Amino acid sequence: MKPSAFTYHAPTSLDDAVRVLAEAGPDGKVLAGGQSLIPMMNMRLAAPAVLVDINRLPGLDTVRVDTGGVRVGALVRHTDLEDDAQAARTVPLLRQGLRLVAHPVIRNRGTTVGSIVHADPSAEMPAVLALLGGSMEVRGPSGTRSVGAADFFTGPLETGMAEGEIAVSAYFPRPAPGSGTAFVEIARRSGDYAMCGVAAVVTLDADLRITAARCCYISVAPVPLVVDMAEAVVGAVPASADLSAAADLAADRIEPEDDIHASADYRAHLARVLTERALAEAAEAALRETAGPGPHTTGIGAMR
Amino acid sequence: MSTRLLGAPVQRTEDRRLTTGGGSFLDDLGSDACAAAFVRSPHAHARIRDIDVMDALDVDGLIAVYTYDDLTGPMAEPLPLLIPHPSIIDGRTPYALAREYVHHVGEPVAMVVARDRYAAEDAVERIRVDYEILDAVVGVEKAMQADRIVHEGMADNVAAHLVQEVGDAPAAIGAAPNTLELDLEIERSASIPMEGRGVYARWDSARGGGLRLYSSTQTATGVRAAVAAKLELQLGQVEVVVPDVGGGFGLKIVHPWPEEVMVPWAARQLDREIKWTEDRREHFVASAHERGQQQRVRVGFDDGGRILGLDVQILHDNGAYLPYGVIVPIVTSTQLLGPYKPGAYRVEFHSLYTTTAIVTPYRGAGRPQGVFAMERTMDAIADHLGKDRVDVRAANVIKPDEMPYDQGMLFQDGRPLIYDSGDYPKMLRMITDLVGWDDFEEYREQARAQGRRVGIGLACYVEGTGPGPYEGGHVQVETSGKVRVATGLTSQGQGHETALAQVVADKLGVPMSDIEVTTGDTRRMGYSVGTFASRGAVTSGSAVAMATVRLRDKVLKIAADALEADPGDLEIIDGRVQVKGSPAQGMELGTVAVLSNPLRYAFDAASAAATQFSGAADYDRPPVPEDEAPGLEGTDFYSPLRCTFASGAHAVIVETDPATAEVRILRYCVVHDCGNLINPTLVEGQVHGGVAQGVAGALYERMAYDEGGQLLNASFMDFLMPYASEVPRIEIDHLETPSPLNPLGVKGAGEAGVIPASAAIAAAVEDAEGFRIDQMPISPSELFHLRRRHARGEIASVPRRPAHRSLTKEN
Repeated sequence: MKPSAFTYHAPTSLDDAVRVLAEAGPDGKVLAGGQSLIPMMNMRLAAPAVLVDINRLPGLDTVRVDTGGVRVGALVRHTDLEDDAQAARTVPLLRQGLRLVAHPVIRNRGTTVGSIVHADPSAEMPAVLALLGGSMEVRGPSGTRSVGAADFFTGPLETGMAEGEIAVSAYFPRPAPGSGTAFVEIARRSGDYAMCGVAAVVTLDADLRITAARCCYISVAPVPLVVDMAEAVVGAVPASADLSAAADLAADRIEPEDDIHASADYRAHLARVLTERALAEAAEAALRETAGPGPHTTGIGAMR
Repeated sequence: MSTRLLGAPVQRTEDRRLTTGGGSFLDDLGSDACAAAFVRSPHAHARIRDIDVMDALDVDGLIAVYTYDDLTGPMAEPLPLLIPHPSIIDGRTPYALAREYVHHVGEPVAMVVARDRYAAEDAVERIRVDYEILDAVVGVEKAMQADRIVHEGMADNVAAHLVQEVGDAPAAIGAAPNTLELDLEIERSASIPMEGRGVYARWDSARGGGLRLYSSTQTATGVRAAVAAKLELQLGQVEVVVPDVGGGFGLKIVHPWPEEVMVPWAARQLDREIKWTEDRREHFVASAHERGQQQRVRVGFDDGGRILGLDVQILHDNGAYLPYGVIVPIVTSTQLLGPYKPGAYRVEFHSLYTTTAIVTPYRGAGRPQGVFAMERTMDAIADHLGKDRVDVRAANVIKPDEMPYDQGMLFQDGRPLIYDSGDYPKMLRMITDLVGWDDFEEYREQARAQGRRVGIGLACYVEGTGPGPYEGGHVQVETSGKVRVATGLTSQGQGHETALAQVVADKLGVPMSDIEVTTGDTRRMGYSVGTFASRGAVTSGSAVAMATVRLRDKVLKIAADALEADPGDLEIIDGRVQVKGSPAQGMELGTVAVLSNPLRYAFDAASAAATQFSGAADYDRPPVPEDEAPGLEGTDFYSPLRCTFASGAHAVIVETDPATAEVRILRYCVVHDCGNLINPTLVEGQVHGGVAQGVAGALYERMAYDEGGQLLNASFMDFLMPYASEVPRIEIDHLETPSPLNPLGVKGAGEAGVIPASAAIAAAVEDAEGFRIDQMPISPSELFHLRRRHARGEIASVPRRPAHRSLTKEN
């Protein structure tokens, strides 16, 4: 398990990095946290001739939070984003998703932007970006552009990034006021890629009626799959929302496959169960959000 | 140090070294050595038409490429069949490098030696092998059908066939008032040690040549003899040193591996140091696996649940080759009986070739399969009769007053299967008390009221441990007073350094800190068998104890001479020999060592004291008395009459998620009897590790071969070794029934934890779900589909009596 020979570059400016990567063409690969790329290289499943290590680039290791959302630089480690209290307050789904990403040791090195760029349909952070309608800022030889999540994930391990482009940051918008979020998944072992996972956002109005609800599915579609649940639950109060109808909506859209860990039928079953669990948890969070700080009671028990 | 050290929970002395990076494992050695890498078959079964190495020759740093055609003499012959057993019909073993045919993915086809592993892998990538792909044979059913044949020249795939009978089981079953049939299956799993295999060879061409070989093995002397035979060397020309080993679990008792002969052979050819460190992918496809059996059980029993006749047919998957013989199915066949005494027993196995990695003993070594068969049968009998599951077991166990108990069969060591000691009724009482068997139904009701589903199960086992032929111990006191201990078997993390030091400290009377233990080094102990079958404490522990007693006798004799006292009046306390009752009269052990070795030359103050002019000489006696040897050391060997039989029982409470079919272990209880405990902390560590691998085999690990013989999960991403987060807290209660067969009264403890886990967890899941579980491991996805089939009426419900034993003190 030793990689094939490659040329290693460690540029210190983004312009240099973009230039070196462009020169390398299809043989170039960006190294950030290396938690997916390095094992693939060691197993010779990937053999890039040129490795552009971006770890020395300045300014990419920051988390910037404003009222609208959270911008995460390309060198921010999962752990640092997970530990960022301001980010967690503004976009709680970040921490809800990050705690499910592999294990602390991997989160210490792996970057959130790297995980999104890797675009594994079983990974959590692409789903967080997709559910929130976030975007990626990418820099290439012809400048910087922003790619919305809907256009970013084009297939398993495939993105809308062009050859020679480097992802600079990811932007996670804050959900609408009155929203709550949740991320639930079932994995064989703690920290494994999930057999199925569901992220959910539920928005309530002042009367505590659901005005919007969406779920995003991992491991049951070629890309993180966002399903609008409005048809099933909008207008209902959380306690009487028809979660089974929401599960039906998901069942129509997912495309689970058999593998050695779970059958397609079982994954589809989990998608139903987790849709209900995720929506219930998200609604509970929305009720807490709506009630504001202090003691509160919810009628959420009926939803489970 | 007057407190007894035998039986004390002494902390592991090796842990400071091992946990602070001070360990020295195979890959820590030979940093300047050339690296070897292997071209391995990507196909499960193929004929090699051509090997083209031309492209590889350009690789910078390449030193040599070898294929089968380069091998001559014994190297060109198949590797040995280590344990030839009369039941073997056609025992096939691999060549060091494939000769014309490959029979599993990962089989070595060519060897590359290069400056480093990077260059070696570059060369491997460029060697092109032209294969004619042949039929893969995966699974025992396919193998038994024999419409596809694994080995050229065989008419079927049966490597071995054995029937063993005690009484007339078919007749007893025919006459029994109740009968049942069960079809059971256990899938493959594997040892998967943290450190894979590895070999590092140094050839010394001076004086006729000699080989120093380091190997991550469970048998230094075995590797030495095997490599010497292959390389046509005298034993005296080969030294094998086993460094720290990061786990073996049975896998590393196999020897010699193809790589283990190729590396020293090439080191001699090239007169260069060569090292090969296995990588994880190689380990998954090219080392060894275990488990993998289908069983058909027929049982006849009376209305009390007592088994009158038991007939078991086993299809055993031995993989592509049979280098370790049929130890695994023989152990299954014999240890299946556990603590029970069926009226009559018939067991038949077919050991079958498949085009998959070889199957050799992995911790438990066939017992988990046997216990699965027997314990699933016990539960089925209980359900059939509407009896409590514990009561049925109690009706079948051997009683203490029946010990020693002869099961009437031959065990894996070729010696009678006679249980030496044990108290199985007490064991059953202890495990059911520990888990709270009689209170479980109340808990189940509470859980049910909360919408939760829980179940309880238990399983018992007996484990033959400490087989011969022998092990040796060598104990030597240096003039510094330090005590050096050597035994020939190897350590893979068990804590031998601690346990053997405890034996010596206790028997000799020296502090633990003055004792240094060496294992697995043929330079220190050339006679040994190896570490397997839970035999370290029994064999080496006994040998070291016996050697220490010899040494102590010599210490007392020499000290008595010097002190002008009777040896019987002396004692050794804290490394000092002294007259009982007057401790001022005495000398340090180091001084005794000086006196034991009369010298002509002085090198330092201590040796000056031993020269010929140092003291009053007795001119009527030679300096070294007749029948004595210079030096303060003792050597002895322990050769057991037969195995000593440890036993135990596990009880498990699980919760199964009604929605997601996830299985969670709520409680895991163990009662364990390995005779006298040398160190309860070490034993508990062994049990914990065993249970972790048991839980792994029950709920997580499997070897997912597809029909073409490709292993689909050959990485830690898809081979689900449980993390700490998946392993439950383990509650242990010890029972100590000493063995009468060895001087320490100990029994082996290494494998116990893993043995009944699949049986106990299957029983608990079955109890939670209400339908039969006859196949392990079980994943949430599989449980989900079983529920569906049960809901559709395709699987019958299990009629179960609430858990409550009618055990009394009398039974």
